[in-house]
Amino acid sequence: MDELNALFQGFAIALTWYNIGMMVIGIVLGIVIGVLPGLGGPNGVAILLPLTFTMSPTSAIIMLSCIYWGSLFAGAITSVLFNIPGETHSVATTFDGYPLAQQGRAGEALTASFTGSFFGALVAVLLITFLAPMVAKFALKFGPPEFFAVFLLTFCSFVGTGKDPFKTIISMMLGFGLAAVGMDSVSGELRMTFGWSELLRGIDFLIVVIGLFGLGEILLSMEDGLAFEGKSAKINLRVVLDTWKQLPRYWLTLIRSAAIGCWMGITPGGATAASFMGYGIAKRFSPNGDKFGTGQLEGVIAPETAAHASGTAALLPMLALGIPGSATAAVLLGGLMVWGLQPGPLLFIEQKEFVWGLIASMYLSNIAGLIIVLSTVPLFAAILRIPFAIIAPIIIVVCAIGAYTVHSAMLDIWLMLLFGIVGYVLKKLDYPLAPLVLALVLGDRTEAAFRQSMMGSRGGLGVFWSNWLVGTITTLALLMLLWPVLAFAWRKLRQLLSGAGAGLQP
Amino acid sequence: MEQKQDSPSGGGLSHSAAEAIAALGIFAIGVVMMVDNYKIGAGWASDGPESGYFPLRIGVILCLASLVILFRSLFGKQRERGIFVTWQKLKPVLLVLLPTAVYVLAIKFLGIYVASALFVAAFMRVMDKSSWWKILLVSIGVNALLFWMFEMQFSVPLPKGPLEALFGY
Repeated sequence: MDELNALFQGFAIALTWYNIGMMVIGIVLGIVIGVLPGLGGPNGVAILLPLTFTMSPTSAIIMLSCIYWGSLFAGAITSVLFNIPGETHSVATTFDGYPLAQQGRAGEALTASFTGSFFGALVAVLLITFLAPMVAKFALKFGPPEFFAVFLLTFCSFVGTGKDPFKTIISMMLGFGLAAVGMDSVSGELRMTFGWSELLRGIDFLIVVIGLFGLGEILLSMEDGLAFEGKSAKINLRVVLDTWKQLPRYWLTLIRSAAIGCWMGITPGGATAASFMGYGIAKRFSPNGDKFGTGQLEGVIAPETAAHASGTAALLPMLALGIPGSATAAVLLGGLMVWGLQPGPLLFIEQKEFVWGLIASMYLSNIAGLIIVLSTVPLFAAILRIPFAIIAPIIIVVCAIGAYTVHSAMLDIWLMLLFGIVGYVLKKLDYPLAPLVLALVLGDRTEAAFRQSMMGSRGGLGVFWSNWLVGTITTLALLMLLWPVLAFAWRKLRQLLSGAGAGLQP
Repeated sequence: MEQKQDSPSGGGLSHSAAEAIAALGIFAIGVVMMVDNYKIGAGWASDGPESGYFPLRIGVILCLASLVILFRSLFGKQRERGIFVTWQKLKPVLLVLLPTAVYVLAIKFLGIYVASALFVAAFMRVMDKSSWWKILLVSIGVNALLFWMFEMQFSVPLPKGPLEALFGY
């Protein structure tokens, strides 16, 4: 098949010593980042992105996606050992992971979660290998209205599936607003710069991400005066093999969670939602469901598999359509755009080497990641025992450096500080940050698609229903948007009906 | 969820107050967006939407949504009655935030490496109460490492100050 051919070519590219070296470095960095607060997924990638500008795009993205990988794996380490979720998608892992550690079975828990993650990611990468080219080919038929409709669908589904639609909308609009600052790409006019020439180039998404996710999280963790007291983990080969022997028992959980993860990753739901869903559904359908929360191995496998599958699957729409399914994918997307690569259907045609090199490296880094992470857990757990007073300023320094290297501008460090405060406040008020990042990264393209559609149709909004494809997507988008309203109305209707029924009973 | 509602002066800032303040702030941002984009034109030019078309409508949505949040926080039935942040919890946050602000200012005058060394050292002294030799080791060591990494290996220029100038960088 065509895809397998391309995949093998990709392996040839990925298997150079340089790229393998980048992979290993990336994974290690990713684990370190994932384990430390304030340097998680989107932020870590954002900080290291400018440093990779000197590398070839293929090597750079391999390293960056390995960092992403590493941080996905690492979230489980702090969840299990310290009951502190390293990433938001690892929260569900603490439910059964920490009790297992308390029972002295940390090694089992970690092995189970890493292996589950490996499986989930593998399934997702297979999906990408075979599905992405199809999606890309299909998307070649997309014109500006279709693209805008897809963007609309993305954003609306965030609103529909989010906890609080209004806060999600606000987050998104803030992101769009930030994206609009600076020079308008279509007309060249300056927008919202208030006479500051430094804002000419706009507000870079990297700065916002570093501030929101980096500094913001450090500020947040200062509230509880962080003291890392973790359980120790003994991982040796015997524990690993023993746990692996138990795993096939949970084959259904693995497959189910992987499926959930893939679905949630492709549709913009995100790894966090996927992990909770995986946990919840496993709890419902498992024979040991009622024992979840006391240290069930399955309770660790389900969320981790789902989260990893979702985190990986989020790369599919990013590569094939140019639509990231998660905040970190959004940052990666931004990086690709900076290198001049346009993610989307054309990428598969014009940059075949790059795409397949990346996909091939995903397989390799998955395997490498599993091995590395299993062997280095005690090392990383030890990092967390360094007093917070030392780690925190170092993290802040790294963030400041990261912010500066983007454009060599002092203003950016100040902006980072500002967004750190904003991130702290927003997180405390339960405003979701992912929609903000997504809107920031996609804002310009969404607007461009909108304006091009409008120009083509001379001002009629009807262009978004002009053919069956666009119409379907647009309708779907509006459905997602109104989902909370519909669900609410449905609930009320049922209450009304059951109330009337009870009233009629003698 | 806490059911008692402390007065703000006693425990901290109440959640609903914080929500309301944030909503007002967001509303203000929305208004600014609307005004600024209206100025550059937000209607239809001959060939399509003008520059401010899209952002203005974003501003409108922002204002509307923030009004909803505002009402909910002030009058809603489900509003959180707990504390947003107590002064006790806020102190450590400010303890990090304010020095960081000073640090960023220092970067401009002292260069990032020196400023970072001082920053780390100050933190270690105040919060960790480490011994002097440990402080010196970590703060200078880490920054020397960063200097080597960025200046020499990656060739990424970071803001430098008078100290480096002495050495000819």
